[in-house]
Amino acid sequence: MIGPRTTARPDVNGKAPDSPQLEVRAIPAPPDEPEPPEESDSSSRSAGAGGAVVTQARRVGAQVRQLLEVVGARAARGGRTIRRAWQHSLQLRVGATTLVVTGIGVLLIGIFLVNQISAGVLRAKRTAAVLQATAGLDTVRRVFADVSPGDIPSQNAAVTSAQSQLAATGSQAGLFTITIESANTSVSAGFQNSPDIPKSLRTLVQDNNLAIEYAPIPQPNGSTDQTVPGLIVGEPVTTQNGVFELYYLFPLSAEADTIALVQRTVLLSGIGLVLFVAAISLLVTRQVVRPVRVAAKTAERLAAGDLAQRIPVRGTDDIARLGESFNAMAGSLQRQIRRLEELSRLQRRFTSDVSHELRTPLTTIRMAGELLHSQRDAFPPELARSAELLQAELDRFEALLADLLEISRYDAGVAHLEMDVTDLSAVAASAIDASQVLAERQASEIILHAPAQPVPVAMDARRVERILRNLLGNALDHCESRPVVVTIAADDHSAAVTVRDSGVGLRAGEAGLVFNRFWRGDPSRSRLTGGTGLGLAISLEDARLHGGWLQAWGERGVGAQFRLTLPRRAGDELSSSPLPLEPDAMVDVPGSTS
Amino acid sequence: MKPRVLVVDDDSALAEMLGIVLRSDGFDPSFVSDGTGALAAFHDTKPDVVLLDLMLPGMSGLDVCRAIRAESGTPIIMLTAKSDTIDVVLGLESGADDYVVKPFKPKELVARMRARLRHHEDVASETLSIGPAESPVSIDVPAHQVTRDGSPINLTPLEFDLLVALARKPRQVFTREVLLEQVWGYRHAADTRLVNVHVQRLRSKVERDPERPEVVLTVRGVGYKAGPP
Repeated sequence: MIGPRTTARPDVNGKAPDSPQLEVRAIPAPPDEPEPPEESDSSSRSAGAGGAVVTQARRVGAQVRQLLEVVGARAARGGRTIRRAWQHSLQLRVGATTLVVTGIGVLLIGIFLVNQISAGVLRAKRTAAVLQATAGLDTVRRVFADVSPGDIPSQNAAVTSAQSQLAATGSQAGLFTITIESANTSVSAGFQNSPDIPKSLRTLVQDNNLAIEYAPIPQPNGSTDQTVPGLIVGEPVTTQNGVFELYYLFPLSAEADTIALVQRTVLLSGIGLVLFVAAISLLVTRQVVRPVRVAAKTAERLAAGDLAQRIPVRGTDDIARLGESFNAMAGSLQRQIRRLEELSRLQRRFTSDVSHELRTPLTTIRMAGELLHSQRDAFPPELARSAELLQAELDRFEALLADLLEISRYDAGVAHLEMDVTDLSAVAASAIDASQVLAERQASEIILHAPAQPVPVAMDARRVERILRNLLGNALDHCESRPVVVTIAADDHSAAVTVRDSGVGLRAGEAGLVFNRFWRGDPSRSRLTGGTGLGLAISLEDARLHGGWLQAWGERGVGAQFRLTLPRRAGDELSSSPLPLEPDAMVDVPGSTS
Repeated sequence: MKPRVLVVDDDSALAEMLGIVLRSDGFDPSFVSDGTGALAAFHDTKPDVVLLDLMLPGMSGLDVCRAIRAESGTPIIMLTAKSDTIDVVLGLESGADDYVVKPFKPKELVARMRARLRHHEDVASETLSIGPAESPVSIDVPAHQVTRDGSPINLTPLEFDLLVALARKPRQVFTREVLLEQVWGYRHAADTRLVNVHVQRLRSKVERDPERPEVVLTVRGVGYKAGPP
């Protein structure tokens, strides 16, 4: 990098006199080629044109950073909207990322370019300036050779003469101004129009060095209060009258203009490039994102059930392949679903056919059995008993068939509700009535705790009553002659019925199994009531159809409790039940009747 | 005189068994095994009640039902193997008065038939009037005649019974269960779809606008009642 610097070439004259001397000494010839200034010098004073350039570049960098910060702060303020857009739009994300990354890259490259160009331009100027200064040294010596020590007027004349002669030598280093100074104030008092030479430079020159410094200098041919970036080369001239300091002031306005032009060009083309790349990225992302959006929309429609939806495919590129694979997937999905629908249709028809085909002969058997059963008094005992068994088993067979058909209806997804607002207590009472015969047979009783007011619930009363009959049948099956308690309660959103028995109860983990088809708690235990083993499974399906819950709790030796919770309005989602599942926490419902 | 029964069923074993049961219960059954011959047999035998299997070869049970209902109010009881709502409702809407689901018990079937054959001879002269005052529906109970604005309305015996049951107690709300018991003769709660379908059929005949009933009113969550006279 080029920094502001003061370069010294020590010992040009072989010695360093500390005061102007009146004798003229021989000055050894300067080296043929002036050495290029030390590049490794890294003093960082920020005076001079090169420094100004770098400062400007830094300022640009800082401004860009500031801009990014402002953008970031705005984004943060924009808050959720922008964040949502950010999360939802791949295009925005890619565009913004490209913008930022390219911006940073172009900024770094720009700074590097400007630095390199500035350094190059200044180095050429410097080399020329040093050459000029070295060449001018002889001329000055010659002019001063005729001046006797102490002769101030002729000395001044010599200075003027040297100035004009040097200026006349023209320059390969461009325009310049000559200033001659002396540490001896009495000598230099006569000098006119001497611009400010930086002290650090003068110190170096007074130490008998050829020195260079970037500093603002007065405009060469204009008003003196205006300064331009400049390069000052100073060299000591030893004469009989002492050591004079000879300064060449090279204006760097042309170079500064060049560098400014380069900066502007780099900045503008950088901004252009970033925008161009961002636009390209947006365009490219759009090309990718559009088919993806089409695919997403198509997938949504597919998911919504429109199985005929496909993506239009054009060409043979990757996007087209995505479309093709998607369409292939949709096609296979459609075929699968069609196949399943066909299977389901067949299943339903099979169910219906079985229903009809099995039921007609069963009806005949049933009627024949009834007839035999009604005449059994006239039969010998074995035949009479056979007729009774035939009748009883026909009942069971019929119940099993009905349950199987009901289950297959759920499996086929064709079960639907006949919703009506009905009093849950009345439905429970009706189910209890229907179960009284069973209760008497089990030497048990059913106790109902219900609120005094009706509990209207939107339900298919036939199914709910069936659930309750199943729960009661199950409870009576396991109650061991202890009473079965039915409790009803409701809140604003839901109504619940619990059926509690104090019989054998359930082992740990069995509460989840009781709803399985043909599940038996204790395989060695016979079914007293001749249930089909499907009752609770059907009840669970019935409860689900209502959007309700059917849950079981049980403890070995303590008993079991089943809880049915229904939303009071059809379609409502259940979040809680007005009755606890575990009876320990049960509270007596106020105003209940038993 | 024994009530005549026409059994329309393609299953010969079931038909024969039905014959045995019906004869032993004091009916006079005749049989037809396909849908196409059903209407002719109906004309020949002039039955008091028809037992109709819904799944028949030839003409479907629903078509037979509609054909009979188009010319007569004779009670029709469906024998169906399907208890799914759609099948039952389709049958009832085709004009069937009641249905029994196979496999049924003989006693249940006979009870259904007797309920449909019940006569109201005991009623002396009785005239009822319900519906809006400016256009009431008048019912002459012994004559089994219903008129509105002077023109007669043709009701099946079941629809007539349903209307009379409601009209006799104009302010009372009847639950579907009560109606099932009074009109259909069910002792225990049965399928309330029967009531819904027949109330709709009745409305389509007696109401000026079945969408906004004035004669048979729905009481939400409870049941039905007759409109104010």
